[in-house]
Amino acid sequence: MGGDDDGATLAARGDDVVTEEQIWDALAEIPDPEIPVVSLVDLGVVRDVAVENGSVRIEFTPTFLGCPALEVMRDAMAERIRALGAEPDVQVVLDDSWSTDKITRAGHEKLRASGFAPPAPRSAGTATSLVQLNAALFRCPYCGSTETTLENLFGPTPCRSLRYCNACRQPFEQFKTI
Amino acid sequence: MNAREQQLLLEIADDELILGWRDSEWTGIAPLLEEDVAFSSIAQNEIGHARALYELVARERGTTADELAFDRSPEDYCCAPIVELRLLDWEKTIARHYLYEEADAKRLDQLKRSEDPEIAGLAGKIDREETYHRLHAQMWFDRLQDEPRFTAALDELRPLAAALLDSELRGEHTSELAELWEEMTMVRRSQPAGTTW
Repeated sequence: MGGDDDGATLAARGDDVVTEEQIWDALAEIPDPEIPVVSLVDLGVVRDVAVENGSVRIEFTPTFLGCPALEVMRDAMAERIRALGAEPDVQVVLDDSWSTDKITRAGHEKLRASGFAPPAPRSAGTATSLVQLNAALFRCPYCGSTETTLENLFGPTPCRSLRYCNACRQPFEQFKTI
Repeated sequence: MNAREQQLLLEIADDELILGWRDSEWTGIAPLLEEDVAFSSIAQNEIGHARALYELVARERGTTADELAFDRSPEDYCCAPIVELRLLDWEKTIARHYLYEEADAKRLDQLKRSEDPEIAGLAGKIDREETYHRLHAQMWFDRLQDEPRFTAALDELRPLAAALLDSELRGEHTSELAELWEEMTMVRRSQPAGTTW
């Protein structure tokens, strides 16, 4: 693969085996274990990448605290970094820095294309009241109609709610805004 | 983190762990399929919160989240009795859910203002998820508020809910905690020490 060749060239040239850019590129290829259409970079869970003396320090924040994908994500990142010839140091940061607003625009498009409604922006206030969750603010990922109703606040994983589109009569999963 | 803060986080973590187990008892047998999903998801969140809180305390005490969650004897847990009760009637479950979320919102608000940035940050993260638990509890409260069985359940449980916000009121554990503990720690106790998960 092209990426690996670049790594070898850089390793021969400089002190560090890999560059931060290469790490970001590699992380952008790791799928979310539960929603594989988006990568960890699309999800916005990688907060920082720092390369120093052949060691790569990653700071990442889980989406939901009870998400069982946490360890899988951490191990997948460590494995990719080792494959690039560097020593991984993956730190899980449990602070309040992640919200669904961190999901990238590309991430939104990938979610929508796979029939998964992306989260509404936090500024829309859609996480705050049942009135808003019942209002016509949520667009069906299949037909684009906003004639959708809330079926269940909770879904198959902590990050999803279930909605139903009254226009195309299709149930769909809605990423919760948090 | 001082001893008082550690104790407070441990109380909340124990509440969330034990309530998470109790909530998960509805998996498969809730009165509506939607509620199977909802209570299973809420349980998963609460146990996730417990784990994150245990991790903060564990680091201070040189131990691990798993050891705090599962290797203490039942009398060393500091959860409030209200979360220990096995409530397999729906009106009582919803009454506890409503009272718990009401109290939890208050204590999370306080933790978000903590001078310790790690505590404040984690409380903020937990609170984002709890928003959905509160909406769910509110939805059921709105639906059941005029039902006599529900108001009776609220009256019965409300005195116990006060302990969620006051360590002094936590008092003795119920006998139900020991039974839950047996079940909750069974797998771990059957493994040799040092087994990793």
